[in-house]
This record gives sequence, structure tokens and C-alpha cells, in this order.
Amino acid sequence: MENNRYELNKNLAQMLKGGVIMDVTNKQQAIIAEKAGACAVMALERIPADIRKAGGVARMSDPKLIKEIQSVVSIPVMAKCRIGHFVEAQILEALEIDYIDESEVLTPADNKYHINKKDFKVPFVCGAKDLGEALRRINEGASMIRTKGEPGTGDVVQAVKHMRMMQEEIRRISSMRLDELYDVAKELRVPYDLVLYVHDHKKLPVVNFAAGGVATPADAALMMQLGAEGVFVGSGIFKSNNPEKRAKAIVKAVTNYNDPKVLAEISEDLGEAMVGINEDEIKLLMALRGE
Amino acid sequence: MKIAILALQGAFIEHENILKKLGVDFLEIRQKKDALEDFDGLIIPGGESTTQGKLLHEFDIFDVLKEKIIKGLPVFGTCAGLILLAKEIENDDRVHFSTMDIIVKRNAYGRQLASFITNDKFNDKLVPMVFIRAPYISKVTKDCEVLAVVDGKIVAARENNQLVCAFHPELTSDYTVHKYFLSIVENYLNSNTK
Repeated sequence: MENNRYELNKNLAQMLKGGVIMDVTNKQQAIIAEKAGACAVMALERIPADIRKAGGVARMSDPKLIKEIQSVVSIPVMAKCRIGHFVEAQILEALEIDYIDESEVLTPADNKYHINKKDFKVPFVCGAKDLGEALRRINEGASMIRTKGEPGTGDVVQAVKHMRMMQEEIRRISSMRLDELYDVAKELRVPYDLVLYVHDHKKLPVVNFAAGGVATPADAALMMQLGAEGVFVGSGIFKSNNPEKRAKAIVKAVTNYNDPKVLAEISEDLGEAMVGINEDEIKLLMALRGE
Repeated sequence: MKIAILALQGAFIEHENILKKLGVDFLEIRQKKDALEDFDGLIIPGGESTTQGKLLHEFDIFDVLKEKIIKGLPVFGTCAGLILLAKEIENDDRVHFSTMDIIVKRNAYGRQLASFITNDKFNDKLVPMVFIRAPYISKVTKDCEVLAVVDGKIVAARENNQLVCAFHPELTSDYTVHKYFLSIVENYLNSNTK
């Protein structure tokens, strides 16, 4: 039955589709997120905006915090480990976390290798800027992908760039002749089978969410219209001045992302969004970690 | 025949793909105006029941659908859909449509590590069953017909035109359960109840 594990892990991601996964740093926020309609929460000590501000080394969260959050919500709980830090991942698995995010938001623990995710029973989600990165992570055993975007900025530009890049490459591969795919596999540094899957199905072999800079319902809907199957919101909710209302609005925006009338209604009177930092003001590009 | 699929959150596209393969017309319900359309059956997909339950109210869809279900509209709930239809949830005080006389247990097997795949009998026919953080039915009343039991737990049942299962037939290429639901819809259309 264990060879079914990967299928089951991809299946869980399918159940999250059309939903919003929210970063939370304590029990209260987790409860707010669940009440607002989040389909999962990401338990972490500091949201990306604060990690950025604090500087220094960012690591896996304290297991105590993760357990507290697991105890107050019934929706899936995810947590982050550092890129390449397979012991942090082992610890998260021991906590029976529902999904591990091997994340560039934390300081990488390995400059060359990612975690061999096939060693684990628990599913992994990984960030990617383009199709090659996405397929390399899938080859290592990731059962869900998200765009990297640029976390903690409230600036959606990088998430847009990464999603467009992925979709563009998927379209390119879909239109190729079979004999051309061998070279693509070489170019992307991934097995031929994965490239063939993309060619035949015109999509990634796993669910693909958007992440990294989503701050408004319009941002969320933009990512959905660009082809995301759901959205991660990190700093955007709990750095705004009315998290509850904004969280609810983003959930609704993901469901009705194609209806501008609904989007207009739910975008109304949300209070101030997170201030955010522009692309050219950031010193640290988290998206460049772990390619 | 036209089937509506609740498309607020979760794996609704997987149900759509099966209906496409079976040549059945469908529409998505994302807002109240969709729920007010004319259709002959309703599918509530897997996903997060708390999210879907929340959005049913946020978009003012809840009452419209509940009334249709009470009036006899055939409905098919998988996993989260089962939870939304249950009259009582053993480990949760939130109930949703509560139109079906069953008691269910949410996340009954535990977290993702406890998700599993098996082959077992649904209505006497062997089908693949995918359980993802699944619930099971801990109790049914006498009006309910039990359609599948796995490891002593009820995982599929029917009460008149309501069909529920704790597993995800939409994730497999076996259409037995969908065809079973479509036969309920067929009967409903042939009878005078509509």
C-alpha cells in the first residue's frame, strides 16, 4: 500500500483546490483563519514580513506552537522547514503535520540539495519560479507546487511573473513534437516522463497554487485567472488592519474569481492593506533561494 | 438531465470530468443565481467542509439548496459533501444542511498520515476507494440503506434520493458510484416527484 502514499498526498492537494491557505502565528489567528473559511493553515513563528524585518536565520517553528495550532482547528495544518533540512522535516512528520512546506522563506540549510521527499510519508509542497524548478521538485517527491513570488512584500509582481512563466512554458511544451521533448528534459534537468506528462495533459502533474505577495482579493483573483488552483496568503492578512474581514474577502474572491461584480462587492471597505515593500526596495530576494 | 456541482471549494473539477466522460450535462454553483437554476441532481464534492459550509452562507446559497434537497432533489455528497448533509457530527457542533439522518465522525481516521486506498464493495460491486482525511458514518437510522462498509465502518449510504460516501470516487476512473447516483436521478425524473 505504501506506493499509494504519493497518490494520496497528491489527492490531499486536490481537496485544497479553490481554497486559501493562510499563514498563522498563534492559536487566535488559526481560529480566525478557519472561521474566515481557510482550507488549511500554515503554522509559523513569524510571518514572512516579520522574518524579513528581523533578519538573521529563520528556522522551523517550535513544535509546541505547531501542536497548539493543531489542537484548535479541524482543517489541515501545514508547517515550513528549511530547504534541504531533512531533520526538520523528520520532526514535522513526527508531529503528524498534514503538509510540509520546504520553503525559501526560511534560511536554506543546504545550498545545493533539496530534501529527498520520497523518503517521507507526509506530503510536501515546494516553491518554484518556473517549470524547470517545479518539475525538479516534483521529481524529488513534492506532491504540490506553489509559485515562490516574493514573500512578505505584499507585492504581487513576482507571483505574477512566476505563474506566467510556468504557464508559458507549459503552453510551449504542449505544442511541441514528441521528439523535441527529449531535449526539453535535458534543458530543464528533469526526467522525460515528467515532460511528457506536461505535454499530454497541458498542466503540472500536481496541484499548483499561487504564493508570495498576495495582499488583496483582487490579487487573489488575478492569480486564479492566471491559472493558479488556489492561493497561499502569508503576511497579507495579519499585517492588514482588519484581518478577519480581509481573510473572508480573499476566500470569497478565490471562489468567484471570474465575476468582477462579486469582486467589487467584497473588495469594499476592507480597511488598510499591508503597506508592503516594492520590488526594487527589497534587499533579500527569497525567491532566489533553492533553484 | 442536468446535474449541478457545488463549486465553492474542493475537488469539483474531478466530478465534472467524470460527468463529461459519461456524457451528462452539468453546471457549476458558485453564487445564488446558479443555485436558482433548474437542475435535476446536485453533487457536493470533497474539499474542506468548514470552508464550503461557510461559503454556502456567505453567498446566500444555503437556503435555496436546502429547500431543493428537502423537496426531493437527488443529491450526492463525497467526503466533505457527506459531512454537509449529515444531521449530526459526532465531534463537531457545527451542522450544515442536516437533511440526512446519519451521525458522522469528521477526520475519523486521523491526519493525512492515516489516509489510505483500498478496494471494497459498494452495493455488492468491488470499487477502488480513496480515503483522504476521511469521515465515516457512525450511525444510520432505519430509513437509510448501507451501501458500503470498510473495516466495520459505514462509508456509503443512501436515504431516499440522498447518496453519500466517505471516500472519493471522483479520484478514480471507476464510475460505479456516479452511475448509481445517475440512476437515482433517472428514477426521480421518471417519477412525478419533480
